[in-house]
Amino acid sequence: MAADGGFKVVGTRPIRPDGVDKVTGRANFGADMQMPGMLWGKIKRSPHAHARIVSINTDKAMALPGVRAVVTRADFPDVPKERAFIGAAPHNLRDLSRNCMAAGKVLYEGHAVAAVAATTPAIAEQALDLIEVAYEVLPHVMDVEAAMASDAPVLHDDIFTAGIEPKPDKPSNIAKLVRFAKGDVEAGFAEADLVIERRYTTKPVHQAYIEPHACLVSVAPDGQTTIWSSSQGQFMVRAYTSRICGADIANIRAIPAEIGGGFGGKTIIYLEPVAYMLSKKSGRPVKIVMSREDVFRATGPTSGAVVEVKLGAKRDGRVSAIRTVLKYQSGAFPGSPVQQGCICALAVYDWPTAETVGYDVLCNRPKVAAYRAPGAPIGSFAVESCMDEMARELKIDPLKLREINGARDGTKATHGPTWVNIGYQKTLEAARAHAHLRAPLGPNQGRGIASGYWHNAGGESSAACHVNEDGTVTVTEGHPDIGGSRASMAIMVAETLGVPFETVRPVVGDTTAIGFSASTGGSRVTFAGGMAVTRSAEKVIEELKKRAAVTWDISPEAVEWRDGKAYPAGANAGSFEPLSLADIAARAARTGGPISAEVQINAQGQGPGFATHICDVEVDRETGHVKILRYTAIQDVGRAIHPSYVEGQMQGGVAQGVGWALSEEYIYDQDGRLENPGFLDYRVPVASDMPMIDTVIVEVPNPRHPFGARGCGEVPIVPPMAAVANAIEDAIGIRLRDLPMSPPKVLAALDAEAPAPLRAAAE
Amino acid sequence: MAKHHVSTTINGEPVEYLCEPQQTMLDVLRDELNLTGSKEGCSSGDCGACTIICDGKIVCSCLMLGVEAEGRTITTIEGVAQGEKLHPVQQKFLEHAALQCGFCTPGLIVAAKALLDENLNPTEEETRYWLAGNLCRCTGYDKIIRAVLDAAAVMRGEAR
Repeated sequence: MAADGGFKVVGTRPIRPDGVDKVTGRANFGADMQMPGMLWGKIKRSPHAHARIVSINTDKAMALPGVRAVVTRADFPDVPKERAFIGAAPHNLRDLSRNCMAAGKVLYEGHAVAAVAATTPAIAEQALDLIEVAYEVLPHVMDVEAAMASDAPVLHDDIFTAGIEPKPDKPSNIAKLVRFAKGDVEAGFAEADLVIERRYTTKPVHQAYIEPHACLVSVAPDGQTTIWSSSQGQFMVRAYTSRICGADIANIRAIPAEIGGGFGGKTIIYLEPVAYMLSKKSGRPVKIVMSREDVFRATGPTSGAVVEVKLGAKRDGRVSAIRTVLKYQSGAFPGSPVQQGCICALAVYDWPTAETVGYDVLCNRPKVAAYRAPGAPIGSFAVESCMDEMARELKIDPLKLREINGARDGTKATHGPTWVNIGYQKTLEAARAHAHLRAPLGPNQGRGIASGYWHNAGGESSAACHVNEDGTVTVTEGHPDIGGSRASMAIMVAETLGVPFETVRPVVGDTTAIGFSASTGGSRVTFAGGMAVTRSAEKVIEELKKRAAVTWDISPEAVEWRDGKAYPAGANAGSFEPLSLADIAARAARTGGPISAEVQINAQGQGPGFATHICDVEVDRETGHVKILRYTAIQDVGRAIHPSYVEGQMQGGVAQGVGWALSEEYIYDQDGRLENPGFLDYRVPVASDMPMIDTVIVEVPNPRHPFGARGCGEVPIVPPMAAVANAIEDAIGIRLRDLPMSPPKVLAALDAEAPAPLRAAAE
Repeated sequence: MAKHHVSTTINGEPVEYLCEPQQTMLDVLRDELNLTGSKEGCSSGDCGACTIICDGKIVCSCLMLGVEAEGRTITTIEGVAQGEKLHPVQQKFLEHAALQCGFCTPGLIVAAKALLDENLNPTEEETRYWLAGNLCRCTGYDKIIRAVLDAAAVMRGEAR
């Protein structure tokens, strides 16, 4: 296999192994499973943004015929404060437990306070109304800067700002402060010919996977438990349920259902511990399926934020200094992705000096969950917008500004590493060469460019490669397939073994079928999972060579494996007909027994991912509506294992970014109640909102992966918000710094900036 | 409350069931008839994951009551393929990689089939507006639109 490719299967576009199941309705997702004697669980949720739970009376609910169990916080064990690194991000198990079922206080509208299990969904729903909860309503706080004020209502009296020495003596909504710096930023500003300061704001947006959270949990009287649920990690589900419910891990079998979208939002759990307790109490399997309203009120989203940028540059376009201050909502418990926001927003450029400060801020909203490149899109919206503003001030082409300042191999990033083998400049070259850049624009049309970065991820993965009796291959992995990864795994195994793609059948194993594997997230599966399945196939090849050697009665070193067959390695090894996988499999019993290999790895060496996007918009001056006319996404993915699914990741990320830019936002009333918990009013892009999305795959191979893959799923959501904002300014000469850039805001900006005669003419 | 007896035709077969008056068609399909290919994404008619064809028209089965199926002819995702033979829309979804998680896919395929039942030569814009009631959060719609247009070409006999 040559370093520049020369692959037979990698880079082809076979039909995914789970495809037919998914186009015929056969595939079983979280809510599709039933068990004999199954009950339906429902969760009662807080109507208040912040309140003390005075009392909960479940007597009337329990008395309703058909109700088999009611649980409240009293049924859950106390979980000590402990951070666990499972899934995409570390979680404090005590917080996670209290997010699944409120303890003492409710911290956001939608916070779970009790749950019932009944014989039908209708009875369960009726029982919820019979649970009496008395609240003492407390003052609430929704936004970062209000929550940071010294007189703000404090959510947790045991949280003191981390990252400050000495430790503060008063509890605060600022859960954490992070700071990175490179060089003397004040000297950098002093060197600048021009310094601009801008403030950008974003609203919380939901991952908005179309499949609501769902699970089915069966706890037998001896404690043996089966969990069927939709998540980004069956081992994550098992670990968290175990700890929150006080159950042994060995007693829990977590089966990964097909997952109907996650985007980070299913790297944590909400329902499984509640269903566990209901099942334990009732002695029956319990299924809980969230409504869309529940999903909006109680899960996700990512942070709303305020980001301040101070940027200095020389006349020739070289930047000299940047200071960013990021204030991210964490919601009801600590843990916003502000640190990643700080890092990723600055990772694209070679800053002579830089400083970034991030605040993780509690407020009375649902606890934020990971969302595709968590934290990066928010900070990058600000920095990429500000770079565009600087380009306009300096009258330099914004692409040129990026070419001058963009990170290269050898650039030392603000957060520490020195880049090697990065493809950022290649994405700029591809942008420069793209016809899109030279296409003509009409009136009220504009073009914007923005770049983005995500780390991608490695970590723990397991894989098992089994040669079946007929020479076909089953490969078992531990990562839920969220967007075609079975196809990638099968491609890498087929490439390694030298056999056709169709003879390799990939399976996502449950927690009893395969070794521990971290969650699907961080753009890690093709990298880390791919490394694991490839190594398992390589181990199988070693075994196949031994079996051929036994058959031929020669030394294993005298056997070589190519194109799916064992050959004698040269004339000295002897003269034998080559043995195919099927030949060797058929004789396995006579040469040593079944042929399989399982590997466990902790993958290191993930490759950084960079992207550059070009976006054309047209602004309707009458309505303020912004139409995306044309979009080109360019990204270094290292190696596209299955290019169609790589393109799909890029296109999907763009569409989510466009929604974030133009239409998606949480709207709360003054009491902290969500006013738009449905897809009618929380407006994600639909087919008629989008044009075709052109993709350019750049391949700067990652030398640490057997085929060069970096990961590709997250980078594409980073650039779109700034690309759209930059295009809007190009179209109408107005800079919008507050997301979403929805029609009312665009119209207000047009009205405010229109010269008086023009305004009169419009009226 | 007494259940209602309903006689209907689903995927070409006569079907009888009992349902509660408040049960949606989606609940009946999924929970009573075990046809779980139709998905519930919102229960408010906004996402289209539960799309079925009822007497030739696409409807969100979450907005239809189970009792309303009496005497009607219904096609769900389970009835789109003919035995082992996939419908061209299904085949093109596979070839174009027009699905990622696959959750919106059944509703999109049913809606696209209904479009092509009515119009074998839709423009890209017509296709986009026809499918605007089917949310997909994974794909950005690009490959879905291409798959549907390609399936139309196959059904017109202009492509394979």
